[in-house]
Amino acid sequence: MNEGLAAIFLGSFLVNNFVLAYFLGICPFLGVSGRMDTAVRMGLAVSLVMLVASMSAYGINQLLQALDLEVLRLISFVLVIATAVQLVELFVKKTSRPLFDALGIFLPLITTNCAILGVALFQTSRDYDFLQSLAFAAGAGAGFTLALLLMAGLREELKWSNPPDLTQGTALTLMVGGILSMAFMGFAGLGG
Amino acid sequence: MKEPTAQESFRQGLWTKNPVLVQLLGMCPVLAVSNSVANALAMGLATSFVLVASALMVSWIRHWVPPSVRIAVFILIIATFVSLAEMLIQAVSLEVHKALGPFISLIVVNCIILGQAESFASKHPPLPSVIDAFSRGSGFTLAILAMGAIRELLGKGSLLGYNVLGEHFLPWVVFLLPGGGFFVLGFLLMLYHRYQREAR
Repeated sequence: MNEGLAAIFLGSFLVNNFVLAYFLGICPFLGVSGRMDTAVRMGLAVSLVMLVASMSAYGINQLLQALDLEVLRLISFVLVIATAVQLVELFVKKTSRPLFDALGIFLPLITTNCAILGVALFQTSRDYDFLQSLAFAAGAGAGFTLALLLMAGLREELKWSNPPDLTQGTALTLMVGGILSMAFMGFAGLGG
Repeated sequence: MKEPTAQESFRQGLWTKNPVLVQLLGMCPVLAVSNSVANALAMGLATSFVLVASALMVSWIRHWVPPSVRIAVFILIIATFVSLAEMLIQAVSLEVHKALGPFISLIVVNCIILGQAESFASKHPPLPSVIDAFSRGSGFTLAILAMGAIRELLGKGSLLGYNVLGEHFLPWVVFLLPGGGFFVLGFLLMLYHRYQREAR
């Protein structure tokens, strides 16, 4: 497989948006999309961890392939991601205290975010090389942030509308998500 | 600690505390692999298998695991059983394995399983844990099957690959697309709330 980096980035950013087309990271998408500022922080944290996790997963996968131990792939990925989250947390804490305070509880929560493991698994199953993996992870992170921001914006507006009783809460969020997802299908075919 | 009866567990897992419809856990697979009944069934069964097996394991070793590392231990146990389930599916049906793709591996991060291990299996003896896990697994399977049935019926006019609605049915392709998943789940949630309210 030999795709251009830009195509991969656009692919995971818009065309096959991780949240709206692959349904990865739905929990935070529904959970923390209520307010704009939390959505920004969550998106930032996820993008950061995604990049680190993608790099580490690439390395681990090379190692496992060299040792002929692909059976252990899933277990090692999970461990690597958990460790990567901790590392990112430490790093952010040391270098930028305001950012750390802003991300707060979201960083540890990311360990169980399926979008992160999804990046690691998809890049492996598609045999991306190192740079391609990075482009893929960057696009996925940006796509996740974009979806989260759009959703948060919409939900802040929804507060002023008056939907029927039954649809309030998650059902309404899901319907809005469905419409967003349809809108994103308009990007199909972009970037080749 | 008092053990809930099997009947209570089933009632909670299948209906009153259905992991998908009430607790809103494990939404990713419910949305992603519910575009046909066969995929939904495979996903439901695989998740239930992992749920029950890891509940049994977690419950067995619950006295030896230090609280500070318990989450890591649980995740390792779950990942082991997911790897097993993946190999099993690959051996039984290569077609299903291809259709589900990375989503089988993603069972690891299904919050239902870790939630069950943390909130129930790590505090109760093996038998009630397995019953609880089984009922939650059935609740998950029920929800994902309902999604799969609606989406396949409206999107293709068929169930499990057999044509049900006849030749003159014009398929609503949107239900097979990602957007349709959101709509159907939102609709199911509304129905559930409506039913609950009338029951009250």
